[in-house]
Amino acid sequence: MIKAILVFNNHGKPRLSKFYQYFNEDMQQQIIKETFQLVSKRDDNVCNFLEGGSLIGGSDYKLIYRHYATLYFVFCVDSSESELGILDLIQVFVETLDKCFENVCELDLIFHADAAHQVLDELVMGGMVLQTNMADILCRLHEQNKMQKAEAGISAAPARAVSAVKSMNLPQQLRDMRLPDLPQAIKDLKF
Amino acid sequence: MALKKVKGNFERMFDKNLTDLVRGIRNNKDNEAKYIAQCMEEIKVELRQDNIGVKANAVAKLTYLQMLGYDISWAIFNIIEVMSSNKFTFKRIGYLAASQSFHADSELLMLTTNMIRKDLNAQNQYEAGLALSGLSCFISHDLARDLANDIMTLMSSTKPYLRMKAVLMMYKVFLRYPEALRPAFPKLKEKLEDPDPGVQSAAVNVVCELARKNPKNYLSLAPVFFKLMTTSTNNWMLIKIIKLFGLMTQYEPDIGRKITQSLIDLICSTTAMSLLYECINTVIAVLISISSGMPGHAASVQLCVQKLRILIEDSDQNLKYLGLLAMSRILKSHPKSVQAHKDLVLACLDDKDESIRLRALGLLYGMVSKKNLMEIVKKLMMHMERAEGTLYRDELLTRMIEICSQNNYQHVVDFEWYITVLAELTEMETSAKHGCMIAAQLTEVGARVAQTRGFAARECAALCARAAASPPRAASREVLYAAAYVLSEYCTEEDVMRESISALTLCASADAGGPHMRARAVCVHAALKLAAKLLRAFELRGDRRSVIAVLHEILAGVRPLLCSEDMEVQERAHNTTALMSLVLRRLQPADPALADAPLEPPSDTLVDHEQSNGLEKNENGEINEEESSKSLSGGLIEEIVSLFEGELKPVAPKAQKKVPIPADLDLNQWLSRDRWSSDSSSSEGEDEGTALFTAPQVDAKPVTQFTPEELQMLREARRQEQANNPHYLKDDSPRSYQQDDIPIAEIALEVPLQVQSKRSDKYLITRENSKKAKKEKRPSKKRKNKIERHFSESDSDDGADRVGRPAVAEGGELPDGAAPSDDEQSLHDDPHRALDLDLDLPLREEELLSSRIQQYPLPESGLLIKKKESKKNKSSEKRSSEKSSHKKKVKNSKRNKEIDLMLPEIANNNDLGDNLLIETGEDNAPKNDLTIDDASDKKQREKLKTEKHKKSKKDVKDKDSKKKKTSKKDKHETKIGYEEALGISTPSKEVI
Repeated sequence: MIKAILVFNNHGKPRLSKFYQYFNEDMQQQIIKETFQLVSKRDDNVCNFLEGGSLIGGSDYKLIYRHYATLYFVFCVDSSESELGILDLIQVFVETLDKCFENVCELDLIFHADAAHQVLDELVMGGMVLQTNMADILCRLHEQNKMQKAEAGISAAPARAVSAVKSMNLPQQLRDMRLPDLPQAIKDLKF
Repeated sequence: MALKKVKGNFERMFDKNLTDLVRGIRNNKDNEAKYIAQCMEEIKVELRQDNIGVKANAVAKLTYLQMLGYDISWAIFNIIEVMSSNKFTFKRIGYLAASQSFHADSELLMLTTNMIRKDLNAQNQYEAGLALSGLSCFISHDLARDLANDIMTLMSSTKPYLRMKAVLMMYKVFLRYPEALRPAFPKLKEKLEDPDPGVQSAAVNVVCELARKNPKNYLSLAPVFFKLMTTSTNNWMLIKIIKLFGLMTQYEPDIGRKITQSLIDLICSTTAMSLLYECINTVIAVLISISSGMPGHAASVQLCVQKLRILIEDSDQNLKYLGLLAMSRILKSHPKSVQAHKDLVLACLDDKDESIRLRALGLLYGMVSKKNLMEIVKKLMMHMERAEGTLYRDELLTRMIEICSQNNYQHVVDFEWYITVLAELTEMETSAKHGCMIAAQLTEVGARVAQTRGFAARECAALCARAAASPPRAASREVLYAAAYVLSEYCTEEDVMRESISALTLCASADAGGPHMRARAVCVHAALKLAAKLLRAFELRGDRRSVIAVLHEILAGVRPLLCSEDMEVQERAHNTTALMSLVLRRLQPADPALADAPLEPPSDTLVDHEQSNGLEKNENGEINEEESSKSLSGGLIEEIVSLFEGELKPVAPKAQKKVPIPADLDLNQWLSRDRWSSDSSSSEGEDEGTALFTAPQVDAKPVTQFTPEELQMLREARRQEQANNPHYLKDDSPRSYQQDDIPIAEIALEVPLQVQSKRSDKYLITRENSKKAKKEKRPSKKRKNKIERHFSESDSDDGADRVGRPAVAEGGELPDGAAPSDDEQSLHDDPHRALDLDLDLPLREEELLSSRIQQYPLPESGLLIKKKESKKNKSSEKRSSEKSSHKKKVKNSKRNKEIDLMLPEIANNNDLGDNLLIETGEDNAPKNDLTIDDASDKKQREKLKTEKHKKSKKDVKDKDSKKKKTSKKDKHETKIGYEEALGISTPSKEVI
């Protein structure tokens, strides 16, 4: 069983966290912190397995992680999982993310943590490995996104336009302009 | 209307969405908390609006904030609202939020039951899949109970995607609602042979998880798994199956015997390292379970060890780590094959990777022998000095003590060396926890090895002297506790004793080790003990002056402690002073030191005072009359010494529990009605099992009459008083740290200029020298050695070593008639215990889940699906409710036969295994079925038995014919055994 999947950056900022066993929010943050401290002080050329996380698990549990550029992907698993298998799984996860976001980087995870969660949900369910075939996962994701797009249809176009404007590299002032003033004016118009 | 909608959308696009939130947080790095608080307010406003889109947006933002550590449980109702939206987009947001923030004990979860049921039965497979994924994160007992049936139905959906998810989901259902396991199991078993590889893999996954905790109940599935193992190419699944076999073989070694060859084939053929590694692991498990007698046993061990060596030598650190991990498993059963690779393990101790070093440390346990123990410990000590990070240091220390003390100090030849090592470890910077460990070792060696007591006492005296000279560190403070005891208990040399008295009293004062050092009171006590011993020695010699000198010394040493802020120290100091002044008064009534004694009784009432001392009265009287001329103190010293007489022996860890309760003792009866007395009830035997000696038991009597509360109050009051008193010196004044007082280690002359020489090294050197000398003599000894080798397994032991090794007292004291055993069963709070059900027993009526369907009418769409499916795939509920299932029986037995033919050996074997299972299963079932009402269970079982009887008559012919067939296959099986086994090979169908 996988107990938790954590993604955080080189400074320990959480980018994605999934706990398959309940911990309250404070505990979750502590676990992330502790895991970061354990993982971050290790060189890149040492092994990817780590014992001794005190907050999560116990003697039966291991941290298996990989470090990609600015991100750490950490899986906390018990002895029923194969260590090398989980390493492969992390690779599949990252490759799938890469396909979904086209050259995934930390920013993608920052702004689209929900999409990353969707990828993860196709990979692991309730702490058990669901699917390891990347083509299958991508196909499932694609179909779901298609459904979502069909639902949004034309009505989502203006929202998308606005968000496109917002994400353009406009000067700060323009971005901070109080846009919500506009609809009030529109409301006041008598149709 | 349309216009309104457009307007709504238009408004909405200016709301802050998730991207804006993230960007905002990034732009407000300085006052993030404030910004988020502001966003939270906005979100609360958004959640109050009617537009589901706005709500979904708010929930999406909440999910992000949850990741940052903000509690969003207050929004549970809104999240449920979003989950129940018709749009997939919003559902996705809702379920994500739910899976991140809900948990089994969340409130309002019962609101979701019907909504989730609707989603599970949705037309679109992704909606159902979404519901399954979400539910897997927060399923509760009630949800599991109410939805078990729907999920079971999904297990036979036409869509592999849903089947796969439903199968995995069932595991979560079982955990929360163990009653579902038996009815669902036949279907789960079916899924092991699903045409879709994904579903198959999921089913294997679930069964493996179930079997991991209760492997015995799943032995009957071994043939199915074996078939999968030999046919599948999915490595994920293979790994799971191979892991499962590794577990099963502990309960049924025959399985191991059958699979070994295929595993070895896999080991030789596979290119996937993960698979190779798991195969090796399972072969190891098999080898452990069948300790010997298998053909090619030694060869398989050899193969595994060789493959592991390749892994360890690989440049990939991960493989190295795993190789060492697997080695440690072999170590337990085949230490010799691992010892051959000692060089490799020792090399790994110097690896730069901490995980690998830790693994190598674990292996050292089996690598040591009498011959190399000193060398290895020396190496570890060097690591200890260099090591960074407390985790590694702590592990090093624990391991070092472990390898030395293993098997009652089997490998320690020279205990003086060991005590020196312990003393050196004390000087290193370690945590208090390890101080305790070292302390326990000191006491234990002292108690067990009579020969080294003198040396241990000397070493402890040095420790105390060091502690007195400079404030001890955390570890030394703990060790002092044991050192004071060992010193006072075993010391026999007068000058050492003499010097130690003042050292001990110094240690007891607050500024030596801080006010909270637990060793302080022990130090006072030890000083008294030493003084008493010394006094007797001098008295026997008639050395009056020395007696008085000692008395003066201890009185002076204890005086500052008379007003110690620690109650126990104070109490013991007063005791000591009173006893010592008693002696002094007898010898020299006019001594000036007596004037200071606070508890000074008038000298003329001395005899009365003694006589009031109960026990001592008569003897004292006699001695006074007869021997006063011979002994200086008139026998008083002898009396004081007798207070400390008697040897403390090792006590077995569980001795306390084995003490029989006397027949006339009523533990429920109050000894006293006084409420206070109940407070001080002790908690003995709590930490048994950790070490024989958790703490030296010096203080036999309770010292204070105060209750803990009163003590606390008194202490507090005193502290307050001291703080307010300007004339009082505060004891936390900074002290200069001096290290010059630590004695410099001797350097043996044979070593040319070794910088980091330790005191313990000299033992190693002398040993090496003697070995050289021995080598010259060796030829003549050859024969003797050979003979001795027969007696002891360890090949490296020299005969001379055994002669020189002091005797080590083994075991410990137990009450009469009790045998050392561990009969306690650890009780864990594990959900898997409830899942320890016998899956091969036929299903009972009331276990069926189908009844629930009537209670909760399904939405139409769900019904539709059900109908379709029930045509194609007969659902298990239906099947089990059909009582006349003759056709199926035939079918089933056919299927079983197929398997039998394919794997005749395994199947038969398995029958044997099942046989055992059924017998034990029926015996144990009532105990194990924690969740099922016992009474009804028994009744049901009786019913079943009678039914079985009736049936068996009918089936006799049928069975007989089968019996003949199989008895040809396997001659060893008894008839009775087979009859039972038949019942298992067609589970759940025969009886109902």
